[in-house]
Amino acid sequence: MTSISLKVNGKAYEIEAEDDIPLLWALRDHVGLVGTKYSCGIAQCGSCTVLVNGVATRSCVMPAKSLGDAEIITIEGLAENGGKSLQEAWVEHDTPQCGYCQAGQIISAAGLLKSNPNPTDDEIDTAMKGNVCRCGSYVRIKAAIKTAIKKGGVIA
Amino acid sequence: MTKINLSRRGFIKVTGLAGGGLVLGFHWTGCTPVRPAEAAKVVLEPNAYIKILSDGMVTLMSPVPEIGQGIKTAIPMIVAEELDVSWDNVSVEQAPLAPDLYKRQSAGGSQAIRQLWTTVRTAGAAGRRMLMEAAAREWKVPIAELTTSEGVISHEKSGNSIGYGDIATKASDIEVPEEVTLKDPKDFKIIGTSPKNVDVNDIVEGKPLFGMDMKKEGTVIAMITHPPAFGMKPKSVDDSAARAIPGIKDVFTITTFPEDIETRWSGNNAFPELVVVTGESTWNVMKAKKALKIEWETVTPGENTEDHITEMENQISGKMTKPDRIDGDPEAAFKKAAKVIERTYSAPFLPHNTMEPMNFYANVTGDKIEFEGPTQTPQRLRDITAQIMGIPEENITVNILRAGGGFGRRLYGHYGVEAAMISKKINAPVQLIYTREDDMTQGTYRPDYRVRYKAGIDADNNLIALTVSGTGTNGGPVASNRFPAGAIDNYAAKNYRLKSNISTGAWRAPRSNFIAGAEQSFLDEVAEACGKDPMDFRMELFERAKNNPVGEKNDYDPDRFIALLNLIKEKCDWGNEGEGIHRGISAYYCHNSYIAQVIDVEMKDSKPVLKKAWCAVDCGIVISLDGAKNQVEGGIMDGIGHAMYGNITFNEGVIDQQNFDKYRLIRHGEGPETIETHFVDNGIDPTGLGEPAMPPVPGALANALYRATGKRLYHQPYILELGETEIKLG
Ligand code: FES
Ligand code: FES
Repeated sequence: MTSISLKVNGKAYEIEAEDDIPLLWALRDHVGLVGTKYSCGIAQCGSCTVLVNGVATRSCVMPAKSLGDAEIITIEGLAENGGKSLQEAWVEHDTPQCGYCQAGQIISAAGLLKSNPNPTDDEIDTAMKGNVCRCGSYVRIKAAIKTAIKKGGVIA
Repeated sequence: MTKINLSRRGFIKVTGLAGGGLVLGFHWTGCTPVRPAEAAKVVLEPNAYIKILSDGMVTLMSPVPEIGQGIKTAIPMIVAEELDVSWDNVSVEQAPLAPDLYKRQSAGGSQAIRQLWTTVRTAGAAGRRMLMEAAAREWKVPIAELTTSEGVISHEKSGNSIGYGDIATKASDIEVPEEVTLKDPKDFKIIGTSPKNVDVNDIVEGKPLFGMDMKKEGTVIAMITHPPAFGMKPKSVDDSAARAIPGIKDVFTITTFPEDIETRWSGNNAFPELVVVTGESTWNVMKAKKALKIEWETVTPGENTEDHITEMENQISGKMTKPDRIDGDPEAAFKKAAKVIERTYSAPFLPHNTMEPMNFYANVTGDKIEFEGPTQTPQRLRDITAQIMGIPEENITVNILRAGGGFGRRLYGHYGVEAAMISKKINAPVQLIYTREDDMTQGTYRPDYRVRYKAGIDADNNLIALTVSGTGTNGGPVASNRFPAGAIDNYAAKNYRLKSNISTGAWRAPRSNFIAGAEQSFLDEVAEACGKDPMDFRMELFERAKNNPVGEKNDYDPDRFIALLNLIKEKCDWGNEGEGIHRGISAYYCHNSYIAQVIDVEMKDSKPVLKKAWCAVDCGIVISLDGAKNQVEGGIMDGIGHAMYGNITFNEGVIDQQNFDKYRLIRHGEGPETIETHFVDNGIDPTGLGEPAMPPVPGALANALYRATGKRLYHQPYILELGETEIKLG
């Protein structure tokens, strides 16, 4: 066990966990933020996506202790960190079906818009390709991203 | 307007409530009082579906598990409609398992809306009637002079009006109505609209909603390890390395489904013997699970994909004996035919791959069990647990949580039983979590299937004979009385089955998810051989089934099919698809709903690109319009993804694809860019939509890809037939 410090949604946390714990489980089991989801554990589905210094990152394979004082934003902190228009667009298009993948989808979209505020359709597809939606809500996710861009995108 | 006589149906009973409220429970097996969630604010509970609060707000209970099909929005919409309240004043809560109060609490077979339609309308109407009676008594006017709108009762003559919240306190001694009148569908204000999914805000904000998210005080994390191959069981366990990992509490073996117990289908499980690790946190337990050294022994021989294909091919080859249905004399007709076409179609096992892996919470204390988690059939979970663990059903509670996908996977309750057995063993509340690998290699797969179609065409290009023989693991896919039965003079159908030690289960639209695509691909090829337009050809067959049906038991309504095809024909402007667009059509009936689809494909750099999907739906009255469209869109993506890429293969019982790095799911940019859905407006009582939109998809896709590439597709995953040598990740 080791002591790991994390900065999540603007707050500092000090957790006692295994040395090799991935950020995903540090968040879910130690910080107590469960909006970030487990689905594959091997960086293949995007359910666990968080922003690390503004970059969409698969938390299931990211060692927590490697993060130092990096700014981590999870779905719980997205609204206060420039992502409200995305969440509102998601609601407007009534995007989710089961909803399980959607936190990861929204965070990936936020990462995309932070680096590329006006992506083309192909750029959206490429950036979002790592996020699986088993319910197949892809058409709505894309429409929601475009709506969010129209309404101001992601304010970094 | 429909009148429902309540006393005759005998399912409403009044029960006094402490605190002056009133419960009008829907009692099927007896009388169980319900307690309002917040006694202070709930002033009337006319029945188990409705809580009226003093401020006029209404809480509606949703009895059916929500798995992404939108039922938690749709059922309360129906209650709210008949109760006649504004949707803005409604909040929705998930009801726990309470079969005494709710008729059916199962998300399966796309049946919830269809089977609860009258029940929940009646619940809403009964609540409205009781409030009106209280107002009539208060104002001393005949109830017939009262009207309601958006939660307000009005008496036009006197100018009186009162909100439900205000009159509710005075309705507590009102008798349950003997008879209620249901609305005329033309007066519906909520049904047919598009409110947002009731959990959408919580979902986009990342609120804890799912089984995986629940953290209860003192809960121990548990994981299982099942054998690496079907046909195996654990022999011995060396747990020294696992136990050395900090935070690990225990390692042991459990037998969840003892051999002397014959479980129901919902107890289906290929791996009754499991090795369990328990510990303080998920990551510790995952690591300990990896550190286990387990020796396995073979109970039954491990199987191979190739052997399944060979055996199935043998079953469907040769002469059909004892068909499940026969009309006319197909063999004689084939001899007379000018052309005979014979084609074979197949598809592999598919895992459900819900994004939220299997998980469940159980707390066993003495002879009581408290369950919580995602399940499609809480009642079946309770049944099998009671049976296996010998705990009385009434001592088992199940709190139903929103499920991160179902697709049939959560109809099987083994993980719940496992959680309960682990909890009993360690004497603590347990949260059991499957890893993706546990989940994907556990079986309960959509069966692998193989089917052979044969058609005879006469010199005038009429289809005069058709036979179909099919097989699949644990059961064949052929529905012998469905279309095209009834439309062809000489017809025969037969199912075979392959026995296997790999477990199979219900997977979104069981059997239909394969046979619809095979049938609709075959009919497309037959239409071509007849020199007919595929739309006209299908229409001709439906007309035949309508005007002069063959046989008695035809399990579909040709009129509804005809209306459906006319709708899609008009909407997609059939025949005028434009330069460079290649179209495929498909239509199928299952789970009481009718679906037609057209898929448009364009060639880009000599690769097919899916441009657009059109869908016509006849599911009767549509409850939640945008929610229904969302289901259709999901079904189309699901159908395309699995037909193109889905593939589970196995070697000596070991599954080759254990996680998403080896198993390709459809991803962004791979489905159609646009999906347009239209509904037949026929006012027929509603049927379900969780499953029916998926089955026709592989057919429409194969037919469109044929026109685009010149290649007919017979064997899923299609990607391998389109020239790829392996399934690369997207
Ligand atoms: S859980 Fe991290 S990518 Fe799937
Ligand atoms: S909404 Fe269910 S997985 Fe995306």
